[in-house]
Amino acid sequence: MLDIFIGLVQVVLREGFIYGIMAVGVYITYKVMDFPDLTVDGSFPLGMCAAAALINGGMNPWLACLLSFAVGAAAGAVTGLLHVKLHITDLLSGILVMTALYSVNMVITMKRAVMPFYNLPTIFSSGLGGMLYGALGQWGWVLMALIVCMAVKFLVDLYLKTRSGLLLRASGNNSQFVISQGKDPGNMKILGLMIGNGLTALSGCVLAQQKESADIASGTGMVVMSLAAVIIGEALLGRIRWIKPTLTAIIGMILYRACLTAAMQMGLDTSYLKMLMSIIFIIALVASRIASGRGTHNGTAVNRTTI
Amino acid sequence: MAQQLTAPQSEPMVRMEHIDKTFNPSSVNEVVLFQDFNLQIQKGSFVAVVGSNGSGKTTILNLLCGSLPADSGKIFLKNREITKMKEHRRSKFIGRVFQNPAAGTCPALTILENMALADNKGGSFLLQPGVNRRRTAHYQEQLAQLHMGLEDKLGIQVGSLSGGQRQALALLIATMTPIDLLILDEHTAALDPRSSENVMELTRHIVEEKNITTLMVTHNLKFAVQYGDRLIMMHRGQMVLDITGTEKSQLNIKDLTEKFDEISIEDGN
Repeated sequence: MLDIFIGLVQVVLREGFIYGIMAVGVYITYKVMDFPDLTVDGSFPLGMCAAAALINGGMNPWLACLLSFAVGAAAGAVTGLLHVKLHITDLLSGILVMTALYSVNMVITMKRAVMPFYNLPTIFSSGLGGMLYGALGQWGWVLMALIVCMAVKFLVDLYLKTRSGLLLRASGNNSQFVISQGKDPGNMKILGLMIGNGLTALSGCVLAQQKESADIASGTGMVVMSLAAVIIGEALLGRIRWIKPTLTAIIGMILYRACLTAAMQMGLDTSYLKMLMSIIFIIALVASRIASGRGTHNGTAVNRTTI
Repeated sequence: MAQQLTAPQSEPMVRMEHIDKTFNPSSVNEVVLFQDFNLQIQKGSFVAVVGSNGSGKTTILNLLCGSLPADSGKIFLKNREITKMKEHRRSKFIGRVFQNPAAGTCPALTILENMALADNKGGSFLLQPGVNRRRTAHYQEQLAQLHMGLEDKLGIQVGSLSGGQRQALALLIATMTPIDLLILDEHTAALDPRSSENVMELTRHIVEEKNITTLMVTHNLKFAVQYGDRLIMMHRGQMVLDITGTEKSQLNIKDLTEKFDEISIEDGN
């Protein structure tokens, strides 16, 4: 009984940290930029498929992570260009790229719905990850996921303190202010979408490496899941000053994964998984709205309740 | 006109030449605002612009800043044509303070971060540290001029400041780097009377200290009389009043109000 419980905790933490990378990305587009980005449903499997194709081709798994980030960033750039240069609405730009990415992913996997790469070196099976797994078993994988997730969180926190990062935060907050500083807010939007989707693809890449397989249908519900993580994290921990919002997003993701896992364990049929994902999101959204209505200092937060 | 009375060495900082501007062209809502509109602003002058709603005073600012394109005509800043220049590029030379105190600052960033961004206006925004700690003392010095105690609150979010404080900060931010023209877009209209007075005094102080050419649109006729060395009254896209020098300094609020009522009644509002 305890073994089963520990096993579940390991899965929740491992997947929470891996999907947490995506939550950090969505925190950037949704909270920092105030952009409801639906590209995520396409860029997550894009990262997975890229990982499968690259590692099958014999690439170093860490290099595959970097390249996945790059292709995700490229997808984000397209969404940004559609929105900024062609004046297509934010939601529609994301939907268009998400749809187009389905074909891109098909091309990458050579028309296969699932693309495995068993027994090839991944960040979990070789190098540091292999050592950790050898020493700690399942906890080694949890630790590896934690290390990658924290590295991403640390880099993003650092970035948000640079001039470019400050301007990015300013552009989601007050685009006129960006114009006043002599910069084009449209370019900042594109940059933010590149970072957000780059991280999403990286998250997909890391998950694929852990599962040693890429699933082309894995994108459905990623937007909902990440937004829920960001909102849950903020609602629960947003008032604690020393916890950075990147960390609240990751913790939100772990809690969200825990809810899903618990429901599955209680015997919910997997067919209802996506339904449950939406329902938890709705509950989180409504609860956070009620909470911020009662709150005292939420006047400045970007509180977009209509998505 | 009294224009000759102004200092002879002065040269135009701003020239708007033969500007045409029509809103909603070829629709039922078509409004022809400017037809061959011309305006020159001398270097170092402080111009107050008044006028009823729809008179074109805010459109002048939007054309100068590049938020709106002109249908035809040319705009020069310091003898350099800027007619086609994008709004964010003009920001290097033009500082602007808006009516809405939320527009000139970034509420989610701290005072320090707001000032650091403004300090780097026109520069590169790459991966350098966002805040240069060595400039902190300079920022505090600037903030101390406001007499609001903000110099001790560098780390607090601008969103938690009052409207008056934010507008004072916006004024500092707009004038942080050297600019050729300061645009004040009804910048006291959203403030309570006391804060308005404070922000106007601060405006005078900064404009005089840095000798910035300033164009201020205001609904407050008292401020228009009290501040600046030139007063323009706009009506239906035309300057119906343009006074400078001694004529401006002898102007009293009663005369101006009468003149203003005259044109307002004509417009039926």
